[in-house]
Amino acid sequence: MTVLAVTEHRRGELRTPSFEIITAGRDLADALDAELHLAVIGGDVDGFADRLNRDGVDAVHTVAEGEEFNHDVYTQAVTAMAEAHDPDALLMPNTVNGLDYAPAVAGALDLPLVTDAVDFDADGTLEVTREQYGGKVETTVDVEADAFALTIRPAEWPAAEGTGDAEITPFDVDIDESAVGSTVTGFEEVGSGDVDITEADVLVSVGRGIDEEENLPLVEALADALGATLSSSRPIVDNGWLPKNRQVGQSGKVVTPDVYIAVGISGAVQHVAGMKGSDTIIAINTDPNAPIMDIADYAIVDDLFDVVPELIEQFGGQAPS
Amino acid sequence: MSTKILVTVKEVAEVDDEFEISGLDIDDRYLEYDLNEWDDYAVEEAVQLSEAGDDVEVVTVTLGPERSEETIRMALAKGADRAVRVWDDALADAGLLDATTKADLLAAVVESEEPDLVLTGVQAADDSFGATGVALAERVGFEWAAVVNDLDYDADANVSSVRRELEGGVEELTDVEGPAVLTIQTGINEPRYASLRGIRQAQRKPLDVHALDDLGLDESVVDSPVDLTSMYEPESEGDAVVWEGSPDETADELATFLREQGVVEG
Ligand SMILES: Cc1cc2nc3c(=O)[nH]c(=O)nc-3n(C[C@H](O)[C@H](O)[C@H](O)COP(=O)(O)OP(=O)(O)OC[C@H]3O[C@@H](n4cnc5c(N)ncnc54)[C@H](O)[C@@H]3O)c2cc1C
Ligand SMILES: Nc1ncnc2c1ncn2[C@@H]1O[C@H](COP(=O)(O)O)[C@@H](O)[C@H]1O
Repeated sequence: MTVLAVTEHRRGELRTPSFEIITAGRDLADALDAELHLAVIGGDVDGFADRLNRDGVDAVHTVAEGEEFNHDVYTQAVTAMAEAHDPDALLMPNTVNGLDYAPAVAGALDLPLVTDAVDFDADGTLEVTREQYGGKVETTVDVEADAFALTIRPAEWPAAEGTGDAEITPFDVDIDESAVGSTVTGFEEVGSGDVDITEADVLVSVGRGIDEEENLPLVEALADALGATLSSSRPIVDNGWLPKNRQVGQSGKVVTPDVYIAVGISGAVQHVAGMKGSDTIIAINTDPNAPIMDIADYAIVDDLFDVVPELIEQFGGQAPS
Repeated sequence: MSTKILVTVKEVAEVDDEFEISGLDIDDRYLEYDLNEWDDYAVEEAVQLSEAGDDVEVVTVTLGPERSEETIRMALAKGADRAVRVWDDALADAGLLDATTKADLLAAVVESEEPDLVLTGVQAADDSFGATGVALAERVGFEWAAVVNDLDYDADANVSSVRRELEGGVEELTDVEGPAVLTIQTGINEPRYASLRGIRQAQRKPLDVHALDDLGLDESVVDSPVDLTSMYEPESEGDAVVWEGSPDETADELATFLREQGVVEG
């Protein structure tokens, strides 16, 4: 039996989910009494394979094809590898690139697909734990099949450590160039600017609970009164109310301030990815069940429009009228 | 030259602050329905392309019960030309429609509509598979790109120059040959509000309902090895101290805390 886990890299670096998927893959392999194989596709495959050879890895298959991720190449390579090694489980990361090839691979191999797993139990029928409704509830799904594809949420499993004694072998695959219909032409860094929220000791972060752009001065006044920096969740930036360099989260900035005050932010996984390393997290939210409450150290379950003006006053500021 | 853009749209449920679970879902009393946020951006993108182009038709497709028609009409009110709704007793009875099943169903619509471009959302806000668009592309043999936050569409060549939003503020620039499926990320545009005139016009726009039969599918399409088996409120991992009281009391607690920590002066 085999578990095949696909790793990922960008611009010359292995990404952290590659090491987490080893841990998840080893868990699953133990439950299935299987070997754990890794797929490494593109870039410096030999260097990557050496670094991925951690405790619990039995084999690494490398495909030296291209420098960067291309979903057509990944889809073809993983599909060919799965056809050759016939894995019982195919694990892929639920990253932005995972979103760009995992469903295609599952489709090509005709495997059932469960995405964004936060946990699984594979003694007997595979039971996968997922979240629904923005993390307010959890669900379990059962997969009744001999083989399946699963994508793994980042930062749910610890990174694998140690050194393994995996066999590292190149895997031969003829990429059908005529089926490669997408071309990556470059990368661009966005979201730089005058303010660097990653440098702040105290962040006041505003979310969709603020409702209207006209209400933004209220949280600005709070940030001013505290001598803090203003940051936000994604919808505030999507709406054009604050520039991109203020966005905290998966597609924004990762921040680790002493204090992070989340005002009207629900705590979606992609937001939490950017702020869970804060020393002290304080949430102000009307919803006692909001996922942000799970990671908050302190919380006020109340209307921000009642609480924030009082806070501003406490620090000698003036709430905008 | 005419262009047809198909936009997949889902009516999603939002949950009230307080709720109860009954069986495998949240009790309907605590749910409110709306157009999926990501699909709202996809509709806007398609409508903007139709406004900028000569002969562009925008068709929306949803898999959903009759209730969803109100939501679907909102997409028509914002400028889509017509709508297709797929529903069948077999779908109502199927329980979980996983991404693969949805892709099979939508594929039948793509095959009959033959669009040049398909726009989906990155994810549905309720069950968040984040997979239907790319699964659909694979199923119908289209190219694709996931998590697109900028689109420059060349209708003559049917090539989409897109930006894919990666993690950590990095964007990937990619050219995608059509026909393609693009999964649209929020922030790509500014979705409009439906005007009163748009809402009136939407009432007269075609909204065709198809059962499995009409699409040449049989009930086996909903057979899936993936089954929803339980839903529950997660045990709070948190040990948050919740400050209680009136706003001035809780604000005082928080202020005292911040002063004691020495993070804020004054
Ligand atoms: C690929 C991808 C990448 C993403 N990247 C990011 C990212 O980098 N950063 C990010 O933030 N998101 C990101 N998201 C979006 C994420 O999934 C959520 O949609 C987003 O974080 C929600 O923002 P929010 O908490 O402000 O809004 P909501 O989820 O709408 O939450 C608003 C909160 O405000 C509360 N509230 C409402 N009114 C009040 C009031 N009067 N007083 C107090 N509280 C109130 C509500 O109870 C609720 O909890 C990404 C999504 C995807 C798919
Ligand atoms: N029931 C549905 N009807 C129409 N489109 C859907 C449906 N479910 C998902 N989609 C589309 O697929 C996208 C991703 O959904 P998901 O893979 O379920 O997270 C959504 O943004 C929609 O555009």
